[in-house]
Amino acid sequence: MIAIRFERVTKMFDDQVVLKDFDLKVRKAETKIILGGSGSGKTTILKMVLGLVKPDQGRIWVNDRDITDLSEDELMDIRKEIGMVFQEGALFDSMTVGENVAYPLREARRHTPEEMEAAVRRLLGFVGLADAFDKMPSELSGGMKRRVAIARAVVHRPSIVLYDEPTAGLDPITSRTICDLVIALRDLEGVSSIFVTHDLSAATTLASEMAIRESSGQVTFRSENNEFCLANTRFVILKDGQIIFEGTDESLDTAEDEYVREFLT
Amino acid sequence: MSVITSAIFEVQEFTLLSTRAVTNLFKKPRYIQDTLVQMDIIGVGSLLIIILTGFFTGGVLALQSSKSLKAFGAVHLTGQLVSLSLIKELGPVLTALMIAGRVGSGIASELGSMVVTEQIDAMRALGTDPSKKLVTPRMLASTTMTPLLTVVADLLGLVGGWLVSLYSLKLNSSLYWNTALRSLDYNNALEGLIKPVVFGFIVGMVGCYFGLRTSGGTRGVGLSTTQSVVTASILVIVADFFLSKIILELQY
Repeated sequence: MIAIRFERVTKMFDDQVVLKDFDLKVRKAETKIILGGSGSGKTTILKMVLGLVKPDQGRIWVNDRDITDLSEDELMDIRKEIGMVFQEGALFDSMTVGENVAYPLREARRHTPEEMEAAVRRLLGFVGLADAFDKMPSELSGGMKRRVAIARAVVHRPSIVLYDEPTAGLDPITSRTICDLVIALRDLEGVSSIFVTHDLSAATTLASEMAIRESSGQVTFRSENNEFCLANTRFVILKDGQIIFEGTDESLDTAEDEYVREFLT
Repeated sequence: MSVITSAIFEVQEFTLLSTRAVTNLFKKPRYIQDTLVQMDIIGVGSLLIIILTGFFTGGVLALQSSKSLKAFGAVHLTGQLVSLSLIKELGPVLTALMIAGRVGSGIASELGSMVVTEQIDAMRALGTDPSKKLVTPRMLASTTMTPLLTVVADLLGLVGGWLVSLYSLKLNSSLYWNTALRSLDYNNALEGLIKPVVFGFIVGMVGCYFGLRTSGGTRGVGLSTTQSVVTASILVIVADFFLSKIILELQY
């Protein structure tokens, strides 16, 4: 099954071409890391998957359903299958952390308050913020907000998660914690994702490490080193609205395109 | 885009949002809790400013009108003048202007901040229609609370006028209340209640509309807030003229 498919998508804002004949496929349990300079259309791609922005030309499929021409009401069902982590977290600042994370469950109107609280506490534990349940978003640091945003994005167990620069401007330790969460969701929960970033070190971690659940239940991370090659995480590099590179981290190291080399250094 | 096309576009967008907010009332999911919270913020929260506005407006009406009425030897009609002016015109309009200043600006800045911090996009991404969760509760709360606040303003205005008549104009209490209440008929009361329903809808929807179309960071939030107060105030005054005209036509 293909989770996300873009076919010859073109998008313009006023007279500026943001994407041109853009093609992309994200398979089940695959992560596509999209790299590109500012204004290269990275966030627009994520918003198009959610139907928040419509393409001018081309078609988009999510979980094998064509969403290009769906109305806002029809898109609501598709969006329930997707979790999105916004750049600054975009937590609802009038709600506590617990209410924020519980939001998708409350909107589904299928769960009892006890079930919701248990799920929220489990997720907050997963992102390492178990004691933040009653805090307001304004009391959290930038890294904590993004971890809460990840918890909110995955609490309803979506099959697709979209990350919009979740590690930008964070210290290396918090950045690493967020990468571990993304890897764990990909390898242990089978989540398909698009990870938009210009943080090369976070991207390299995602492309070179995998999560394994030991028989004891503990989750460990293993680097591919020279022993194996992770095929479920691939890089996509954008320039002027078009893909100029697509492949694994190994092929990225040997890429000869001048822009790609410049980007990597 | 020329000024005319952009103005037509704005009217179209406002009409679409308003239609959506009203049709949402008949669709699930309904956000009853959010509506009650908004009713509390708009209704209970505005009570003090409405009490002060109503009271002093009634007082000043009695004070100013008594001078003109004295020239015709009709000071005893002060109660009638205060009650008719307040209930038909000043009560609804002043209440709506106060609500536009306090509530309309609050709605625009709250929704505007949510737009610039991507909370509206996050809400849509989480499968919630912001027009259902944010616009309809605010529209409903503002439309229902403005008439109630107008009744409070009218009542306090009458009390203000009475106190001025009693202590400053040395009028008899029963004379004031008699002329004030006897001059009112069913049509006056109805006019005084229809207007604030329309005004409340205008203030709530204008606040939501300018809030949701905010762009350009915190500066944009400030701009939306100002635009919402100015537009709502002007629309209230223009709507008051046309409503008065329509009601007068219907009465005769």
